[in-house]
Amino acid sequence: MTGALLPPFLPASIGGAIEFIFEPQSSNVTGGKKVGGFETVIELTLNQLEVTLFALALATAIALPIGLYLGHRGIGEVFAVGLGNVGRAVPELALIALMAAVVGVGLLNLTIALTILGIPPILTNAFVGIRQVDRAPVDAAQGMGMTEAEILLKVEMPLAVPTLMAGIRSAAIAIVATATIGPIAGVLTLGDFIINNNVYGANGLLAGGILVALLALSLEAALAGIQRLLTSRGLQLSAT
Amino acid sequence: MPSLGALALPLAKVGEVSEGFFHERNSETLPCQASSSHLFCFGWAKENIDSFATPTVQQLELVLFSVLAGFVVAIALALLAHRRRWLQAPLLAITGVIYTVPSIAFFFLLLPVTGLGRDTVIVALSAYTLQIIYRNAIAGLANVPAATRDAARGMGLTERQILWRVELPLATPEIVAGLRVAAVSTVALATFAVFVNGGGLGSKIYSQSNLTFPTSIIIAGGIAMLMALAFHLALVGIERYTTPWRRVAAG
Repeated sequence: MTGALLPPFLPASIGGAIEFIFEPQSSNVTGGKKVGGFETVIELTLNQLEVTLFALALATAIALPIGLYLGHRGIGEVFAVGLGNVGRAVPELALIALMAAVVGVGLLNLTIALTILGIPPILTNAFVGIRQVDRAPVDAAQGMGMTEAEILLKVEMPLAVPTLMAGIRSAAIAIVATATIGPIAGVLTLGDFIINNNVYGANGLLAGGILVALLALSLEAALAGIQRLLTSRGLQLSAT
Repeated sequence: MPSLGALALPLAKVGEVSEGFFHERNSETLPCQASSSHLFCFGWAKENIDSFATPTVQQLELVLFSVLAGFVVAIALALLAHRRRWLQAPLLAITGVIYTVPSIAFFFLLLPVTGLGRDTVIVALSAYTLQIIYRNAIAGLANVPAATRDAARGMGLTERQILWRVELPLATPEIVAGLRVAAVSTVALATFAVFVNGGGLGSKIYSQSNLTFPTSIIIAGGIAMLMALAFHLALVGIERYTTPWRRVAAG
């Protein structure tokens, strides 16, 4: 068996982890140089957020128009829904490791891998969201003489916002979670505390877990806020 | 311990190793592995395919235990919330928060509680399935037509009988669909178990002796995807078997 990365018992405590986040701690392997601390935490958090947002923006830019178009035309259901199913089965770890092994390490490669990860949920939800829009307002829009593009952008899309945003949110969660293992692909994110645990120690591991969890929850909360801003007043009223 | 940091972190240059270290297997298949231009080494694959058996079984166990535990808890929560409606929203919110926490972070949050190893992986992954299965079960139970429920009541069924004989069977498609999504995503997530000594296929994707060897990654990733597909198909089969009236309606 390979893969025994850690000793079986690690003395980590919440207090130790919090200390690690705010104050640099001594390490066993750096020859006296202290590791961790608030500056490192901020730097790694920003790295992770940067690569996450970049990949999310890219995935949205690619998948949203395709999903909207297919949904509006009502074609390619097998592709749009099937891609979502297949995407769920792709092991993130294998994807990142393969990208690192074949294409090489670096910010660009990690971003590409994360973008691939984010495309399926956005595309599937865009397709399903548009398809599920009530036909009556669409017919009414047609009767009012709106063009196809106007119908899509002014009627179907606003009505599909909750489903569209659900796709973007699950893509964001998958991307930020996987960006944690960025150090495998040569990008220092919060996962560095986890992957280079021989440097940061047990409290660093726990601190990494706490920070990644907080980052993911904050991102989810931010996107939920954006969703509320984008959802029309009428839809919000009908939901409650 | 050769440091992975050699790749990532300047601080960690303790046991810097040459490029060849990661690829050396044995003399016969060395030419393929030694060259980083090879995407897949068939010779190596043929010789080493046996070494994937144990991780595959471990992965299967992780997924089965996690999904089964998650299923039991989620269904219990759904039944509870079905009886006491005011619990529905808070339970959805709580399982939603758990669902948002990345699995790899969850593993290490459990470090002070369950330590390292399989238990941690199973607790985290089963907590992860709660949201998917719970949400689908609640939706399935809510989608039972009121007329059907009234008819059952009119026939003199008790509340308990209505639940077990009418509502749950009618909610089966949604429940199994939730189970399917949960199982498929758990197979993918279980590869992260390697980070907490949980075994599984992740150990063939990421380990210290094998950091970026495409052949091993492709085989392990391929097995994981096949396993996900097998779960998908098995649960589609279960869904068909448990909802015979749907086949009648369709055909």
